[in-house]
Amino acid sequence: MVIVLGQSGEHAVAPAEGLWLTAADAQRVTGWTPKPEGMCCDDSCVPLPAGATRPGHVDVAAFWQFLGNPVLHDDAGETWVLGVGAEARNTQLAGLEAPDFTLPDLDGVPHTLSALRGRKVFLTTWASW
Amino acid sequence: MVVAVAEDSRGTEQARQWIEQAKTAYWCLIDADHCVADLYGMVNVPQAVWIDEAGRVVRPAETAGSTDHFRRMDLATRTMAPEDQAARLAARTAYLGAVKDWVLTGRHALATDDARRKQPRITTEIAQAHAHFRLGTWLRAHGKPEEADRHLAEASRLHPDSWNMWRQAADLDAVGKAGGPEFWARVKALGDRPYYPPPDLPGFGR
Repeated sequence: MVIVLGQSGEHAVAPAEGLWLTAADAQRVTGWTPKPEGMCCDDSCVPLPAGATRPGHVDVAAFWQFLGNPVLHDDAGETWVLGVGAEARNTQLAGLEAPDFTLPDLDGVPHTLSALRGRKVFLTTWASW
Repeated sequence: MVVAVAEDSRGTEQARQWIEQAKTAYWCLIDADHCVADLYGMVNVPQAVWIDEAGRVVRPAETAGSTDHFRRMDLATRTMAPEDQAARLAARTAYLGAVKDWVLTGRHALATDDARRKQPRITTEIAQAHAHFRLGTWLRAHGKPEEADRHLAEASRLHPDSWNMWRQAADLDAVGKAGGPEFWARVKALGDRPYYPPPDLPGFGR
């Protein structure tokens, strides 16, 4: 089993090798669905780079880097990070829509920022360190 | 509505005592992965973002009431001169006043172009740093401290402006290290640059 730390949290997957995943797992960790025309998300499709697909499997690491996003893994290849690239981040920031997130409170109850639509939100950070 | 996010990779138990003492009615959330800092381009605490009723950022990440007066503190006694303490309190009061003013009247919300211009600019290095930081904190939490520290060090190398990354890594190494001699050496190395850049709000001398 391999752990993928993606934008939608942690996913346990069983790659054939590297980060070659089944279509279902690729969809789960990236949010993009493998289709004959490439990887698709909402209404847009991106052709897969050469060598990043074979019957039943997608090289998710190659696809994610192809999109301009950081991909890292630990020494053992057991934990992978699918990050967000600078261009995607800057586009999102320029759009001014507050990026959504869900985080737990002290009791582990999840709270989602966008549930506060209709109210002004003062989003502030602190730390114990 | 206030949403107070703890950027604390040690997690809930580390943040608990402060949150329980504060006895708040607003959301106090735990962000062990520092995902809010990643999403909003934050580099220090406290930093805040103002979000309007439509879910739009009207003030991008900026210092939330803190000042650089601490840099003149007497490190032996951990005290500040009375005038610095007063100036620090005045800045905090002014910032809180601006927040209240915005809530009641909408004042201090930036026009779209200004808000966009003030958003942090994310570089390839910064994006890569966040990925290293995420892997580092995960490895730390899963019993691989040496490997974790390589990634945390790489994160700080790629994104030296992030006090969050450097101080969190120091804290994971040893509680207290985030405010120890290495921290003060880093602060001193800033020279004329601010540790807490003042927000562009009335009362902040810009």
